[in-house]
Amino acid sequence: MKILVGVKRVIDYNVKVRVKSDNTDVDLSNTKMAINPFCEIAVEEAIRLKEAGIATEVIAVSVGSSASQEQLRTAMALGADRAILVEAEGTVEPLNVAKAFAKIMAQEEAGLVILGKQSIDSDNNQVGQMLAALTKRPQGTFASNVTVDGDSVSVTREIDGGLRTIKLALPAIVTTDLRLNEPRFAKLPDIMKAKRKPLDNTSFADLGIEVKQHIQLDKVEAPAARQGGVKVGSVDELIQKLKDEAKVI
Amino acid sequence: MRESMEFDVVIVGAGPSGLSTAIRLKQLNAELNICVLEKGSEVGAHILSGAVLEPRALNELFENWQDLGAPLNTPVTKDEVYVLKNGEVSKEIPHALVPNSMKNDGNYIVSVGNLSRWLAEQAEGLGVEIFPGFAAAEILYHEDGRVKGVATGDMGISASGEQLPTYMEGMELHATYTVFSEGCRGHLGKQLIQKFSLDTNADPQHYALGIKELWQIDPAKHQPGLVVHGAGWPLEDASGGFFLYHTDNNQVVAGLIVDLNYRNPWLSPYEEFQRLKHHPLFKQYLEGGERVSYGARAITKGGWNALPTMTMPGAMLVGCDAGTLNVAKIKGTHTAMKSGMLAAEAISQVLADDSLSLGKTFSDAFDQSWLKQELYSTRNFAPAMHKFGTVLGGAFNYLDQNILGGKMPITLHDTSLDHAQMQTVAQAKKIDYPKPDGKLSFDRLSSVFLSNTNHEEDQPCHLTLADDSIPTGSNLSQFAEPAQRYCPAGVYEIVEQASGPTFQINAQNCLHCKTCDIKDPAQNITWVTPEGTGGPNYPNM
Amino acid sequence: MATLLIAEHNGTELAPATLSALTAAQQIGSDVTVLVAGADVKAVADAVAQCAGVSKVLLAEGDSLAHDLAENLSELVMSMASDYSHIMAPANSVSKDTMPRVAALLDVGQLSDITAVLSGDQFQRPIYAGNAIATVTSKDATKVITVRAAAFDKVATTGGSATVESIAAPEANSHSSWVSDELSKSERPELTAAERIVSGGRGVGSAENFALVEALADKLGAAVGASRAAVDSGFVANDLQVGQTGKIVAPSLYMAFGISGAIQHLAGMKDSKVIVAVNKDEDAPIFQVADYGLVGDLFEVLPEMTEKL
Repeated sequence: MKILVGVKRVIDYNVKVRVKSDNTDVDLSNTKMAINPFCEIAVEEAIRLKEAGIATEVIAVSVGSSASQEQLRTAMALGADRAILVEAEGTVEPLNVAKAFAKIMAQEEAGLVILGKQSIDSDNNQVGQMLAALTKRPQGTFASNVTVDGDSVSVTREIDGGLRTIKLALPAIVTTDLRLNEPRFAKLPDIMKAKRKPLDNTSFADLGIEVKQHIQLDKVEAPAARQGGVKVGSVDELIQKLKDEAKVI
Repeated sequence: MRESMEFDVVIVGAGPSGLSTAIRLKQLNAELNICVLEKGSEVGAHILSGAVLEPRALNELFENWQDLGAPLNTPVTKDEVYVLKNGEVSKEIPHALVPNSMKNDGNYIVSVGNLSRWLAEQAEGLGVEIFPGFAAAEILYHEDGRVKGVATGDMGISASGEQLPTYMEGMELHATYTVFSEGCRGHLGKQLIQKFSLDTNADPQHYALGIKELWQIDPAKHQPGLVVHGAGWPLEDASGGFFLYHTDNNQVVAGLIVDLNYRNPWLSPYEEFQRLKHHPLFKQYLEGGERVSYGARAITKGGWNALPTMTMPGAMLVGCDAGTLNVAKIKGTHTAMKSGMLAAEAISQVLADDSLSLGKTFSDAFDQSWLKQELYSTRNFAPAMHKFGTVLGGAFNYLDQNILGGKMPITLHDTSLDHAQMQTVAQAKKIDYPKPDGKLSFDRLSSVFLSNTNHEEDQPCHLTLADDSIPTGSNLSQFAEPAQRYCPAGVYEIVEQASGPTFQINAQNCLHCKTCDIKDPAQNITWVTPEGTGGPNYPNM
Repeated sequence: MATLLIAEHNGTELAPATLSALTAAQQIGSDVTVLVAGADVKAVADAVAQCAGVSKVLLAEGDSLAHDLAENLSELVMSMASDYSHIMAPANSVSKDTMPRVAALLDVGQLSDITAVLSGDQFQRPIYAGNAIATVTSKDATKVITVRAAAFDKVATTGGSATVESIAAPEANSHSSWVSDELSKSERPELTAAERIVSGGRGVGSAENFALVEALADKLGAAVGASRAAVDSGFVANDLQVGQTGKIVAPSLYMAFGISGAIQHLAGMKDSKVIVAVNKDEDAPIFQVADYGLVGDLFEVLPEMTEKL
């Protein structure tokens, strides 16, 4: 079974974002970029499935600028066998990303697609579900455990208030939550080897996908600074305010 | 047995000197197998400098750097030098009276972080292997004592020293020659200087702490290319100087450099800088602006007199790891690059002809170079300031640099030790710093936030104490534990607990500036490498 | 055109987030129909019918809807989608699973986690973990939207009198099936999902003293949190840490005791609806973000509050 795994290039989670002064977007010039943390977990899960003899090949796929090659190389240093970059400039909407994955999933006849549940830049949380809908396949989102058994996969999902386990027929789409695994570090020799692993470039046009705009970004602002409120003089006054004014207790 | 990899040359640290070494080696012999280790998450992540760049070394490294897109975007258009009398008044020094070494015609305001990113691209284009996120933690030696290479640190070790599920053993990188370019007070360079007694014929090294902020300012106040330097207020108990450069994109960088031989234990370089920004000279530009980034880094500033021997069996020290900064020019990038290029030229010759000795090949080339000439001619600059103070020292330097062209037939030495200068709290006057206003001045943690620094929490503390009892013992009683104040990242705190005062080390905040390793009066703190990728993530610094 | 809102519930009770999402739905300006889907959820549908501003309630009951399987639930929503210009839901784990599926089936984009309705097609939503706010316009005929509950007030649970109309549940799909649930049994709610959080900082002084924080938390049914300083001092375990390197939370009520309010902590809780700070240092930065501040000794305030609540 082949596994497709999604890799998105995003701002490093340690780096604070700053909104551009013209409010068109955030300023990413010369900031550290990295694999989206949830995608890194997806890569790790795929590699573990390969190590367990369940997957035959792990293919890392990214949709983004040519700079995303760096993150695909990292995925290959971690253990992905090869990579595909769907090259596209600027922000690519989740539905378009899902359409690209759907095409590649069909081309590669992948048995399982593992994606991060969301990226830490756009925070959309959509691609996995959209891909499942487009391919008419089942989905296991927010996974904290994945067990492949023959032609099905059991996915334990993190839901509000606990965990839910579901069973999906393969091919299926899984999206990762934080607790699924702890990604390994890349080894130096593997980083060198990854430079020679195959990385194919393609595009939406090559895949025969018409890119449509569904959501237009009008502006980006820094969140309004929180204002200090009032000082109260006693516990009684505090309780009264919380009850009557804020209505939170 | 750890895994190992073999290279012709391993370079520790992807800053200007290390990358210049790598590039020059490849230019001289494309066949060489060269690897550069960098502890930061990416090249440039840990680089912090002023900076005004003199392009001399870059011209020699890449004649066509402009065509190659080197990030030298802001030529210096105007030089101003001030002495601040107090918190309100400043006096501009007429241009004619400024020591020539401090004039910047033909220089560029740059981000050395971005310059390093660009140098790394060029190096990779030439086939150099660069590995960011890997810290060289240990020096390896052959049985005969020659340097064999370095080992990267283990990853995935818990705070208590156990192997975590992600554990990955460090790797040995063996090389015919290893070049150490870790920057000021490199933790391996420090070991090498000791082991090979490289500083036997040198004065003690001297250091300063540089603190820098990047601001986005009102475009109406922005004068691209304006370079402002000066000294005076607010430093009373220390020597040092400030800078304010107008770079591109309506940004300015502001900073303060405080010499680490200061005496008063109450002094806080961080807070000196915060109050400096309230001076009208700074306020006129910064007011209404937004602070974008913050960082700090120690500076090796002993110059010629304190320069250790840079070669040893199997290895070299280059750049600020050795101490090639030209303090009279307040510039270290061009000299660091040149030192790396000279090292590369020597190593390349010695690799081609093993009858040559690295020590002699390098020192002959060094003696012929402009680098030696430049460092030698400015050898008296800092000692004069130390000996005679800012005013008389400044006059001496004017005479030396402008009239005599650095040929004053005497050499001044400063043989004191920076860490040994501190007075006790009983001797010193307490300094009350104003509270930050949240507009121009800020608390430490808000600043650290903007450095994007982080370290994996579950790992051994990388700030090690030789004696755990000193911080709450003699350091507390004699000096009110000065680490609380000299650390620009709030790493060190004395916390009052029921059991008495305890020494809290917030290693996660560390900016890798190395000040604690330098300034602790008991020399009790040793900075070692944390897990790779840990530390600041400076953009455009 | 009308707005369809998918109700969140636990099978027996309506979740409060639905009341906040109702406010957002009503701000679109059209009639709001609420869909209640599940195995046996008539009581939930009746409760929704009482809520202010609900025009109609659609009740879909069936085994295929018992465990919120996105494949089945999205099928149900698709069967009625053409009647609505806006399809909305509170951003909980069920809708986050289902709604993008609906959007893809409609070949439209989805607006995730909106925090403001500017018009029928323009909205605001946080990006970069709330460190920037994007204003976005939907170009699609049908808008599929999830709503961040903490950003909207709740509608009243009384005053409405909508009709409840039963509709057919879809067939179960053949690709996915439910196996089991394991609901968390912890007495205290989980930090990231809690409606209320009581947090302690270095000022709490010791691991033993944290019992005071826990006592108030239990009284309020709140989760317990901590600042990094408290974690570093060994008062509590690392997984209670709120902040830049800990958990990011946005409860309705966040109470900070003995927390100075370093920016690293604020980064983890500044999106809370109401912040209360108790600190003996009146200059503590936490007061700059607190809606209600009390300068005082937490060792007196904590027991007094616990007693009086």
